[in-house]
Amino acid sequence: MKRALDILFPLLLAAVMLAAWETLVDVKQIPPYILPAPSAIWSALIQNWASLSASMLTTISVTLQGFIGALIAAIALAILFSQSRLAERALYPYAVILQVTPMVAIAPLILIWVGFEHIDRALALIAGMIAFFPILSNAVQGLKSADFNLLDLTRLYGATRWQTLVTVQLPSALPALLTGMKIGGVIALIGEVTAEFAAGSGTASGLAWRITEATNRLEMATSFAALALLALTGILFFAALSLLEWALLRRWHESAMARY
Amino acid sequence: MLLAATHLAKRFPNGVEALADLSFSLNSGDFVSLLGPSGCGKSTALRIVAGLLPPDGGAVNFPQRKPELGFVFQEPTLMPWADALANARLPLELKHVGRGEANDRAAAALARVGLKGFERALPRELSGGMRMRVSIARALAAKPKLLLLDEPFAALDEITRLGLNDDLLRLWREDGLTIVFVTHSVAESCYLSERVLVLSPRPGRLAADIALPKQSERAPGFRLTPQFLDCQRRVSDALGAA
Repeated sequence: MKRALDILFPLLLAAVMLAAWETLVDVKQIPPYILPAPSAIWSALIQNWASLSASMLTTISVTLQGFIGALIAAIALAILFSQSRLAERALYPYAVILQVTPMVAIAPLILIWVGFEHIDRALALIAGMIAFFPILSNAVQGLKSADFNLLDLTRLYGATRWQTLVTVQLPSALPALLTGMKIGGVIALIGEVTAEFAAGSGTASGLAWRITEATNRLEMATSFAALALLALTGILFFAALSLLEWALLRRWHESAMARY
Repeated sequence: MLLAATHLAKRFPNGVEALADLSFSLNSGDFVSLLGPSGCGKSTALRIVAGLLPPDGGAVNFPQRKPELGFVFQEPTLMPWADALANARLPLELKHVGRGEANDRAAAALARVGLKGFERALPRELSGGMRMRVSIARALAAKPKLLLLDEPFAALDEITRLGLNDDLLRLWREDGLTIVFVTHSVAESCYLSERVLVLSPRPGRLAADIALPKQSERAPGFRLTPQFLDCQRRVSDALGAA
């Protein structure tokens, strides 16, 4: 019952807001190139479904590539840091620099270096660079959070570094890593969209490009439809990562356990 | 002689001098308590004996070869993501014992501490006492000769603690273990051990080495006998004089 209400209330609110929006546009006679009515956005979505859905798939696929690349690189580097204080001291500042440099400012450079003929690769790289740091810092934190006594126990039984990593450190790092992945996954999408805007006309084919294209033609309904799909993509990413977190932690970690 | 600790000293980087000059020896089959006020360095001494902490001075020698060790911490220190069986299996897994044999031995160890049927239970599904039993089963699974326990029952309620005391005595008898038991409870040290090493306040030194009646010579219901009271009086006096 409570679950049903949790879903029902937001839906009800959305319906009220959309109806108000529709009425406002209708009564005030707002021109569609300023603010299209929800009904116009819906019909634009249906009409342009072929191109919009293809763009959505492109955006999802490019973001996913960047995210997975970032995930692998971040975990590998976090493991390296956990094994060598020297490596951590030497390399961590550069990871921070990468994070604090606004990606919008580097995006044009990367686009040129990777080349516009490999535009998706460049976009994935930028998305990955943005997702990289939150995953790295959380993974590093997680690997450090292993119970000291458990680590002592592995020493007592003569475990190799690899055994300690696999049996104690990596599972201990999982909750923090998944938090990093949730943040990284969502901002990878922001990175991808930013990169598409930076890439500009004619090369990219994702949702951000559809927004630019439709806005330039004053097809605001199509632009809004693309925006709605972008928001949906973000929600899908977050939901998928939350589901993964729940599936992996629900049996043992407080953060994902049901409370009674 | 199983073990000789000579002139152990330890000072931590923050300046705290935990141990000044602690010497003692253990014979095979001993059940020894390390008793002292809070912060006297008894846990430090235990970790040095286990080889988990290097001493600043002195040494721990094993005249024969170093025995297989087991260590039980004050907290159960279990892997929260792993069930009781996987937790008890950890030492065997780290020692590359095959999965099938490791499972059998871990299950047998769980059964010995009264946890038969709880193999699949996660730590959070177990009570505090049962978690401590898993922790003991894990130490037993590696078939230790020398079992080191660091105030293992301090956080448990009295009823659970009394039960675990008797279980520990049974395991000690059955396996011919040598046990070093760190505690700050006079009653617990007297009930469990045949010898109590009393440590002085920090920095820890050996203040007294008290021999108590052998377990085999104790009357049933030892806790209620005048003999038990007498033991406690002797240990308390030594603690007061330390």
